[in-house]
Amino acid sequence: MLGEGILKGLAETARNFAGSFVSAERLTTVQYPEQRIAPIEATRDFPFLVYDGKDWEAGMRCVACQICEKECPPKCIYIVKSTDKKPDALGKMQIYPTRFDIDISVCMSCQICVEVCPFEAIKMDTEFELSTTDRFGGLLLDRKQLSKSNEHYHRIHPTEAAEVDARLAGEKAKSDAKAKAATAAAAAKAAAAPASSAAAPSPAATDAAPAASAALAETDVAPGGNGAGNPAVGPADGESRA
Amino acid sequence: MIEKADQIFVLLQHWLVSFLPAGLQPVAGVLLSVVVIVCLFPALFALAVWMERKGLGRIQNRLGPNRVGPFGLLQPIADGIKSLTKEDIVPRSADAAVHFLAPVVLVVTVFMGFAVLPMGRNMVLADMDAGLLFYFAMGASTELAVFMAGWSSRNKYSLLGAMRAVAQMISYEVVLLLSSVAVVMITGSLSLTKIVEAQNHYSWGLPHWYIFTPWGCAGFVMYAIAATAETNRSPFDLPEGESELVAGYHTEYSGFKFALFFLGEYLAMFSISGLGTTLFLGGWSAPFSWLGWVPSWIWFFSKLMLSIFVFIWMRGTLPRLRQDQLMNFAWKFVLPMCLLNLLVAGLWRFMGDGWPRWVVCSAILVLAYVGMGWGEMRRKHFGARSYRYAE
Amino acid sequence: MSVVFYLLAALTVAGGLAAVMLKNTVHCALALTVAFAGLALFFLDLDAQFAGFAQILVYIGAVAILVVFAILLTKGSETPKEGVYSRNWLAGLAIAAGVFAVLGWAVLQSARVLPGPEGTPTATPVVTVLDIGHALMGRYVLPLEIVALLLTAALIGAVIVAMHEKEGAK
Repeated sequence: MLGEGILKGLAETARNFAGSFVSAERLTTVQYPEQRIAPIEATRDFPFLVYDGKDWEAGMRCVACQICEKECPPKCIYIVKSTDKKPDALGKMQIYPTRFDIDISVCMSCQICVEVCPFEAIKMDTEFELSTTDRFGGLLLDRKQLSKSNEHYHRIHPTEAAEVDARLAGEKAKSDAKAKAATAAAAAKAAAAPASSAAAPSPAATDAAPAASAALAETDVAPGGNGAGNPAVGPADGESRA
Repeated sequence: MIEKADQIFVLLQHWLVSFLPAGLQPVAGVLLSVVVIVCLFPALFALAVWMERKGLGRIQNRLGPNRVGPFGLLQPIADGIKSLTKEDIVPRSADAAVHFLAPVVLVVTVFMGFAVLPMGRNMVLADMDAGLLFYFAMGASTELAVFMAGWSSRNKYSLLGAMRAVAQMISYEVVLLLSSVAVVMITGSLSLTKIVEAQNHYSWGLPHWYIFTPWGCAGFVMYAIAATAETNRSPFDLPEGESELVAGYHTEYSGFKFALFFLGEYLAMFSISGLGTTLFLGGWSAPFSWLGWVPSWIWFFSKLMLSIFVFIWMRGTLPRLRQDQLMNFAWKFVLPMCLLNLLVAGLWRFMGDGWPRWVVCSAILVLAYVGMGWGEMRRKHFGARSYRYAE
Repeated sequence: MSVVFYLLAALTVAGGLAAVMLKNTVHCALALTVAFAGLALFFLDLDAQFAGFAQILVYIGAVAILVVFAILLTKGSETPKEGVYSRNWLAGLAIAAGVFAVLGWAVLQSARVLPGPEGTPTATPVVTVLDIGHALMGRYVLPLEIVALLLTAALIGAVIVAMHEKEGAK
């Protein structure tokens, strides 16, 4: 009959109305600022930059390759490359971002920057209490504000972070092995060299190492751990395994 | 004592006025009543907003406002302060004069409607012979205010919202009038006090309210539908359908002017509920003869708040109609039923007392309702939604 | 002739003049509404409640809205660049004067028919809404029915015109 559905609907809402006073599980409201529920693991809102170790500037994984800047659909990322190089987490000399800004008022939380980053340097944060009194400056985060430690990443997305760390450790081990092989080859070359230039074996070895690394640069392998190695590598590895 | 409690406001008014010179007394009495109405209903508006937010929250298994004051009771005051301190923005291309006048005209005309509502025994500001007509005249004037608001904003959403609102209000005003005409036919008077008095007698302890007659029950249902549409409440809130029109005719209003529109909407709800109470629910009369000692104004306001609660309940339940559904419903279903109801009211008037008129009148209305409902439903094809271009 | 009369007269005449002189058509319609409201207040001032409220209900509630809709749904809502005065204003003036003369004549005639000032000027007959109702349903029931029939015919005609257009569009 006509109007039956309306009556059914009214009964349903009446049941909800009365039920919310009697049964506690109907009321799912959490009294937010005092009471909080932990966000689920897949929560994401805005990107942050991961760094290894204690020092955000030294341990920054980002190498300013600008892939994320180009891929970002709303174009909220702004990167300025450095002119000099500094060793990255794997010890390789890399360019680093002198500026890395994300305008979170523009960001749409699509996670494309995370998906395209080859260096696992940018990840999604879960921090949502970002309100500010300055709607322009306050929502434009620079690289210092964006940098968060690997431990923070582990805290907010444990499963994902463990996977990333395993992958990075694998790469590190591979590059270490290759570097070792390269240094061994260089050493062997150096050992074979004395016949031709017996005068100075040690300068010859230091010359040979960059040459070997240049040959292997295509395969994305860091130079061997000689005197120019990265001081941050050791602690970073220790942390990521912790 | 009981008599005193019932007439407390009337006596209070007489007492206050008696301090003035005799020449000023009638004017002062009217002014005092106006001031009371102008203060009371906005206060009730605050309460209703709180009730609505709490009630809707509970219907959706939420808590509703609970931060400002105990149980969030001070929330309306906070909202009021907020809207008063907000910037009053007038769009550059808007028609400033009309833009300013629209909310004022709306609130004034809505307030005028309260003048004829009997809110208790002897508690009516202007007891006119043509009270009902006055009410509808004022109700019709609000349409113009809505149009002025929409047109002067120079915004397509405002204009669309206003056009929708005016079309809807005109369509449903016909229904509103015709469902009230049945009451006028039976009572033989346009005066609202006489209509209440006609309902204020009891047999076996039960009242003779018009809702307890076949034509009154049908009329009340149609009056309620039309009243919901007249006040632009859900499910008839297309004029401000936020999903398509931002906010309808008050899109371009902010601050205090927006608050006036908000106030106007709720005042319209109060006055139309008050009129419905007066016409069908016995106005200020008690629901049982043994409850006659409770002051009459308590009954009027409890019935009023009950209607407001039903409005809120409906809003929490029903989804919004589409424009064509709205118009079809008004002109093809409610209006024919209203005309039939007039016929039934005439039959009721001339069939004399006794049970035959109950049977005949009920049978006609029920048969028509079921028949029309069946006819409407048969034409509809229920099932999964189909698309013409997608898929 | 009291102060109220002059105030209302000023309001009505101002509304009427504005309706003719304003450039924006919607403003004209709103000014016309003011004139309607002034007329309704005149009726109320004369203790003719029924006529006054009917004036508000019909003219402000329906006719003004109709006018406004007509303006918005046609191209008349654009503000004209040049003046609002038509070139053949002389003809318009003649027609207006004619209508005014007829109405004035009617008013003067009715004043002679009614019990005039030579009777008792203070004891005007009190006409309540009830009396109007009785008159409409008793003595004037036939004219009322004829008018009702005419309006119903017009309504059905309008519906048929609208339906025909819709079918043609299909």
